[in-house]
Amino acid sequence: MRYSIFNLCREALCGHTGWPKAWESPTPKSRYEVIIIGGGGHGLATAYYLGKNFGIRDVAILEKGWLGGGNTGRNTTIIRSNYLENDSVAIYEKSRDLYETLSQDLNMNIMFSPRGVMMLAQTHHEAHAYMRIANANRLQNIETEYISPTQVFEKCPIICIDGPRYPILGALWQPRGGTARHDTVAWGYARACSKMGIHIIENCEVTGINREGGRVTGVTTHRGSISCDKLGIVVAGHSGQLADMAGFRLPIESVALQALVSEPIKPCLDVVVMANTVHGYISQSDKGEMVIGGGTDGVINYSQRGSFTYIEETVRALVETFPLISRLKMLRQWGGIVDMTGDRSPIISATPVDKLFINCGWGTGGFKAIPGSGWAMAELMANEAPGSLAEPFSLDRFREGRFIDERVAAGVAH
Amino acid sequence: MLRLKCPYCGQMVDETELTPGGEAHLKRATQNSSDDELLDYLFNRRNPKGVHFERWRHTFGCGKWFVVARCTVTHEVFGVYKAQTLKPPKSVVDAIANRRGHETQESQ
Repeated sequence: MRYSIFNLCREALCGHTGWPKAWESPTPKSRYEVIIIGGGGHGLATAYYLGKNFGIRDVAILEKGWLGGGNTGRNTTIIRSNYLENDSVAIYEKSRDLYETLSQDLNMNIMFSPRGVMMLAQTHHEAHAYMRIANANRLQNIETEYISPTQVFEKCPIICIDGPRYPILGALWQPRGGTARHDTVAWGYARACSKMGIHIIENCEVTGINREGGRVTGVTTHRGSISCDKLGIVVAGHSGQLADMAGFRLPIESVALQALVSEPIKPCLDVVVMANTVHGYISQSDKGEMVIGGGTDGVINYSQRGSFTYIEETVRALVETFPLISRLKMLRQWGGIVDMTGDRSPIISATPVDKLFINCGWGTGGFKAIPGSGWAMAELMANEAPGSLAEPFSLDRFREGRFIDERVAAGVAH
Repeated sequence: MLRLKCPYCGQMVDETELTPGGEAHLKRATQNSSDDELLDYLFNRRNPKGVHFERWRHTFGCGKWFVVARCTVTHEVFGVYKAQTLKPPKSVVDAIANRRGHETQESQ
């Protein structure tokens, strides 16, 4: 059933008993043309664009837990595309652009809110770096601007712009950046996939990747073996585990990234603010909670928790920049396992195993990239050759020293 | 918060006194290494879900590097030893074997 005002009114009259399930839970078949491991945003988007752009609908998405229960439901929902390198900008801007019309495409309100993203410059080095990005973005046709402390204060009056330790020297401002409702992105893609006949199989953990003569033939799961022509691994934090099953290594380390929300308060912050020097970013949700993200833990961590040390560090710095939040109580804290590459850019690539493709390494900035990443991965899997978006992000780049170095450009947070 | 014992100072110290330094026992690439060896040394990591040998520096203490055997899921620490040790000492390997029989082979 289409989600529309008419159906909403009709359902309101009959007690909301007629809404169908958003997506089916089919029994897995023994064979699919394409299997995607990982039912997070990126995996679902890959399946969606395989079906929509390439007509490949004999697809199964295997998810270990529940849909969107990994990093898709654990991020701070920031969407922006003001990166430095041309290759990054191309894929992140494609993604941001798809987000603009995603609610209409999926017939599900993902609550995309282009409220503007402000990245604070709090050291001279950072100010220069952001001016450089603003100039680069101008050449790349990305709408960004380097703004003065006065403009920062006008857009966000709750900032203390002349703090003793971290005064605001300026900011990189992307007016069409913003946030979206993360769960709905996963649900929307899942519903659209299910409508195309794509199978979404939850609670189905992959325990082995079957190969024959250097070519992938299928997977072993908790619910039996399933064979396939092509396999895509889109599992973020557990990419290393899956690569291990397929017999190759990845330039990836999995660390915990955590976030927290405060008790809800009245509207006071209508932009997204990122403060990379102090490893903190903050926005206000529609419910009024302050959503706060921090830096990653420095060690390999699969516990999906993160440690208090890093929360303290983040909150300490943010309290100085936003004195108003000092007396707020924190409601919830959670962590996700992010897959970090050396150059902080993703990997969308063929692998040493034939017909096996991998999409990983989004690190701390995966949510914003969901539509673009799915688009590029679908292109790669359908044609068995990367399109212009995915090509620079091949696994070979580490061997060849051809980095897309956003680590230097971004400083820290994505 | 992790609390680790610095093998030089012999004291339990908080994570905030320490700096993590990544995977231990990497084999350094040389001028004669192949591209693949360089790739392994610079970028490819074991990234295990289980026992991990990792380097830490007692930055706000003695300033020295040491190695910790830690589980990346539970944060259980199996032992610490000085960074000059080329491979995990027997006592640490035994401690892992005692508590995690099935993971010892993988961890070596």
